[in-house]
Amino acid sequence: MGYPHKSHPRETPVLSKHFGDPEARTLAGWKARGGYTALQQALQMEPTAIVDIVKASGLRGRGGAGFPTGLKWSFMKIGDGKEHYLCCNADESEPGTFKDREIMRWTPHALIEGCAIGAYAIGAETAYIYIRGEFTEPINVMERALAEARAAGIIGKNAMGTGKTIDVWVHKGAGAYICGEETALMNSLEGKRGNPRIKPPFPAVSGLFGKPTTINNVETLAAIPHILNNGAEWYKAMSLSSPKSSGSKLFSVCGNVSKPGNYEVVMGFSFKEFLYDLCGGPLPGRKFKALIPGGSSVPTITIEEAEAIAMDYEGFVEQGTMLGSGGVIIFDDAQSMPRQLARIARFYAHESCAQCTQCREGTAWMTKILERIVAGQGTYEDLDTIFDLSDAMTGKTICVLSDSCGAPVVSGITKFRGEFEALIKGRRSSTVTMPGVPTGSR
Amino acid sequence: MSHGPSAPPRAPGGAPGHHEPYVAVFTDGSARQTELRDIISRYPDKRAALLPALWMVQQDRGWISEDAMREVGDQLGCTAAYVKGVVTFYTMYHQHPVGKHFIQVCTTSPCLCAGADDVVKAFLEHTGCKELGLTSPDGKYSVIEVECLGACGFATPVQINEDCVENVTPAKVPEILAGLRD
Repeated sequence: MGYPHKSHPRETPVLSKHFGDPEARTLAGWKARGGYTALQQALQMEPTAIVDIVKASGLRGRGGAGFPTGLKWSFMKIGDGKEHYLCCNADESEPGTFKDREIMRWTPHALIEGCAIGAYAIGAETAYIYIRGEFTEPINVMERALAEARAAGIIGKNAMGTGKTIDVWVHKGAGAYICGEETALMNSLEGKRGNPRIKPPFPAVSGLFGKPTTINNVETLAAIPHILNNGAEWYKAMSLSSPKSSGSKLFSVCGNVSKPGNYEVVMGFSFKEFLYDLCGGPLPGRKFKALIPGGSSVPTITIEEAEAIAMDYEGFVEQGTMLGSGGVIIFDDAQSMPRQLARIARFYAHESCAQCTQCREGTAWMTKILERIVAGQGTYEDLDTIFDLSDAMTGKTICVLSDSCGAPVVSGITKFRGEFEALIKGRRSSTVTMPGVPTGSR
Repeated sequence: MSHGPSAPPRAPGGAPGHHEPYVAVFTDGSARQTELRDIISRYPDKRAALLPALWMVQQDRGWISEDAMREVGDQLGCTAAYVKGVVTFYTMYHQHPVGKHFIQVCTTSPCLCAGADDVVKAFLEHTGCKELGLTSPDGKYSVIEVECLGACGFATPVQINEDCVENVTPAKVPEILAGLRD
């Protein structure tokens, strides 16, 4: 396995600076690159002072929701006499997203350092890194790095000789997209089925093992040491759209594009330049058609809408979509949008935990209807049914998996209705088929 | 609770449906028992060691039988039914034996537009697996479609047991299969 591209001159490599450098994976190599100085400094500080710096940096959660990290940490009441926990969400399963995988593969100590600082800042002695079960290589790399850090006394009962306890453990998942939802992740870690919990209570009140818990994404935590080393102002100043969105962000790019991979740019970067310059534009002889820019859960946009975007949390919303996890899926003019959206719906139908009726039934119905349209058996009423279904699936369930199925599909039908209608008009003569769905089946 | 083999006694002989007696994974003094105790110590509630315990069973046995669910339940203070409820939630736990090389091809959207369905066909053809989910007649291979492996930029990724192979195309399939150790 290798990292497929060298950093582009217009990238701002902070988190990705050492991607592809095997020495950065080792403790000695990481220390030689300035590693663990932030943790050393943090353990001499008051936890609230660390939270204040993270607040001032403007760092927002990189997992998808974009919640301000410092504010989230401030919900943890230090000295309340309860155990506190930090969970690191490394269940990266959102289609189109593969950035946390690379952070763990190449810079495991950055994540350990971020976890240790985060745990200390929220008054936790234990942090669990929940990694999806399919990530065998990242798990092995993280386990090796943790063993090194533990043996060197960086984490453990006497972290860096300060007498403070900070334990960090890897917990391996077993194949369930929904465990990336924070409360499902906690259930899974507790040895339960990964069903999301009703909120409130929020994790900061009652989370893992019923105790106050903070849960942060891998990329969020990996940014923490850089913020402590360089200061909140440095992090804010990096962004072109400060103060709304600050810092740098890893974007995973996949689908029909010349140079897929991870790219780290500052917030506010031009999406048009990103797509055509950094990512090399479309494949030879093709044109970009549509994008799902924040992992498959966000609304579909046209290439024209995408070209107008400044890449920050607000910029994506202005064009009717979301930054989400930063997983950019690109479809070119050779792709059938009905077929691609049917496949996305099937993903959600497969991954629904089946607790809520709207989601369990809705995702399955939506898939069935879309596959029927793709098979050339659809009707115009089917499109209306999908819109009705999506209404019934949005904002009515315990978690947002159900909403996530409707968002790309409904926006995709709205923007590419002609492709759906062409399949419906040409009933029974469609040449586009879904894998596993025989043409003509209903 | 004792942790010996927990399968109910069965009549000897080869009656229809007869199974070999279950041999426990976490026997007293075994390395697996030590490992499990070490993992339990990381959590305030020993049930949190359930997923790790199930992983150990699957690594040792290749799949998780109902007897194994009972044994794991005994170790962690929960019922076999509870354990089964958990096993059935997660797609990576095998509830029946699978081929020696368990091949999972990602076909979620980003891989689909990179041609993942052709990769699936190539694996089915070259392994002799008649359809998705079936094991090849020689017991060497099982091929399934999998939802997003989280390696979309390296489409099509294929997970074969513990290894993730990136950028797989139909043309590379014979070579990949030839490289698997019997």
